[in-house]
Amino acid sequence: MLDMTEQTSKDATINKGQPIIRLEHIRRDFDTRGGHITAVDDVNFDLYPSDILCLVGESGSGKTTVARMAAGLLKPTRGQVFFEGRDIYEMNKKEFGEYRRAVQIIHQDPYASLNPIHTIGDMLRAPLLKHKICKSRAEATKRAGELLELVDCRPVENFIDKYPHQLSGGQRQRISIARAMTLNPRVIIADESVSMVDVSIRVSLLNTMLKLRNELGVTFLFITHDLAVVKYFAWEGNIGVMYVGKVVEYGRTPGVIGRSVHPYTRALAAAIPEADPDLTRSKEKLQLRSLDIPKLTELPSGCVFHPRCPYWIEGLCDTTKPKLIRIDEYREVACHAVEQAVARGEDPRDLAVTDQLANQLMRE
Amino acid sequence: MSSAVSAVGNTQNQRVTPPPAWKRFVSRNKLGTFGIVVFVGIMLLSFVGPFFLPEKNSTNVAKVYCTPSWDNWLGCDYRGRDIWYQIVNGGKQLIWVSAAAAFFSTFIAITFGALAALLGGWFESLVLVITEVVLTVPNIILLGVLAAFVKLDSPFLLVMILSVTGWPTLLRAVRAQVLSLKEREFVEAARMLDLGLPRILFREVLPNMASYILINFVFGMTGAIYGQVVLYFLGLVSLKGDNWGLMIQEAYRQGAAFSTDGVLYLVAPIVMIVLLMWSLTLVARALEDVFNPRLREA
Repeated sequence: MLDMTEQTSKDATINKGQPIIRLEHIRRDFDTRGGHITAVDDVNFDLYPSDILCLVGESGSGKTTVARMAAGLLKPTRGQVFFEGRDIYEMNKKEFGEYRRAVQIIHQDPYASLNPIHTIGDMLRAPLLKHKICKSRAEATKRAGELLELVDCRPVENFIDKYPHQLSGGQRQRISIARAMTLNPRVIIADESVSMVDVSIRVSLLNTMLKLRNELGVTFLFITHDLAVVKYFAWEGNIGVMYVGKVVEYGRTPGVIGRSVHPYTRALAAAIPEADPDLTRSKEKLQLRSLDIPKLTELPSGCVFHPRCPYWIEGLCDTTKPKLIRIDEYREVACHAVEQAVARGEDPRDLAVTDQLANQLMRE
Repeated sequence: MSSAVSAVGNTQNQRVTPPPAWKRFVSRNKLGTFGIVVFVGIMLLSFVGPFFLPEKNSTNVAKVYCTPSWDNWLGCDYRGRDIWYQIVNGGKQLIWVSAAAAFFSTFIAITFGALAALLGGWFESLVLVITEVVLTVPNIILLGVLAAFVKLDSPFLLVMILSVTGWPTLLRAVRAQVLSLKEREFVEAARMLDLGLPRILFREVLPNMASYILINFVFGMTGAIYGQVVLYFLGLVSLKGDNWGLMIQEAYRQGAAFSTDGVLYLVAPIVMIVLLMWSLTLVARALEDVFNPRLREA
């Protein structure tokens, strides 16, 4: 595993050009009935061509908000979104149109993302004709057929004149992918795209998306809460682990999942179910202090994870926000305890639980 | 009116090309089919029927309250005029006035409802306040008061007055629907594909409301028929000519209800109005089936 991490991290340093999408210090606030919340706070990342970036985290961690800001559907309260080096909110209409067409979304719910009144053919032809990719209806139909084949909807005749309600969830999600591919996008944002699909279909859908990346060079921003999916889909890419609006660990996927460092990531990684029961039993368990995710309206002071963190340092973690810092060649981590351990020259995975937690566990 | 007729006509044409489709429709919608048949029947009677009748329905003292016969199918009224003649001629204006009123109130409701939902802000607040004010005033009373102020001597004025009271409920419903539809993921997908506002509005959002709008158009028609009958019955409309509403009023005023011979003069227009309303309601229900692709194919 370690060999693989080195391999991929070397690969990563090779194709650094200009990022297609760059998020700089983006923050998004919402006013809800429960009060003012900050859904996303100070998130940065670069998305390079043909890269895969996965954002993982629990519900409410702000992954979808980040995705919507990257797609230009939601304006950040603070911070900037760049597309090929240009701020998307300072673009003229023509440039913004190019950006809009270059970035496509595949939604989570294949039952809500296809308009029930159009046939599959209508859905695929509309963008092709509107943007003059095809000159005639016949040509558009032909192209729609090719797109359906691209997403493994074969034979095409079984799909093109169907209405969405005549297809299964997995088939609908393939149609969603085909529709996103009509404009030859450079980036696809997949927001929990396989989570509503039956487990038996997931891998084949992921393979279809990987094919688009490997054969057509499409860049993926992949949002999920399922680390097992990340392991399969983004082994060659990057992963950003989010916790209530902040990125806590960011790096190459094999490094972050295989040898996670941040206590939150370690807890998540320990929760991936393995097919082998022996392996599951032998997995490192990380005891959290609490299982409750903090409310977004009442975020803890300092590090947002400190009320659950087994390694928290009193007086530091509950007062000062940790910064995302690079601790080795594989990853960046936002954690005071890890930072101190690295400074002492220790392996951050050997961190001992704090006295408070030891006492708490004793009592239980 | 014409829009409702052509909509029904179109769907029937589509249905005729592959025979099993309309057969399935008929077998699954027995009541709806019955409603369509009755509705078309009333249409033919009211708009084509008059051409087969003599031009004049003259007063005949010898035939006052005469009983049904070969010459007078439904007997005669208090002035010896043929009742069947009045029934055939009496639907035309009632139907087109209510269709026009329904059309205008639907138009107001869709335009301002959709705009309020899309624009928001002060415009939405203003539209909603006006809607609520109109909604709080009882419909029939508002109609009566308006009719008392305006001398209703032309059918167009009648259309205007009926549309003024018909739109608020539909407007609120349209606004709610557009608010919900514009957040749907398929609308977002269309935005991402840069399909443009007109296509998004007319091809993605509104067709999803088409059945709803058409059904409400039909209900708007029934509402306008009620309104008209009320106005006629209260004698607030100074329009001459044959009309089912006017017939009821005259029959009532002349005491037809109290004479066994004259009862048909009162009952015939009531039966026509009930049949028309009933068939319209059945048509509205059948339309739901036509527009929903899920129901259509199942």
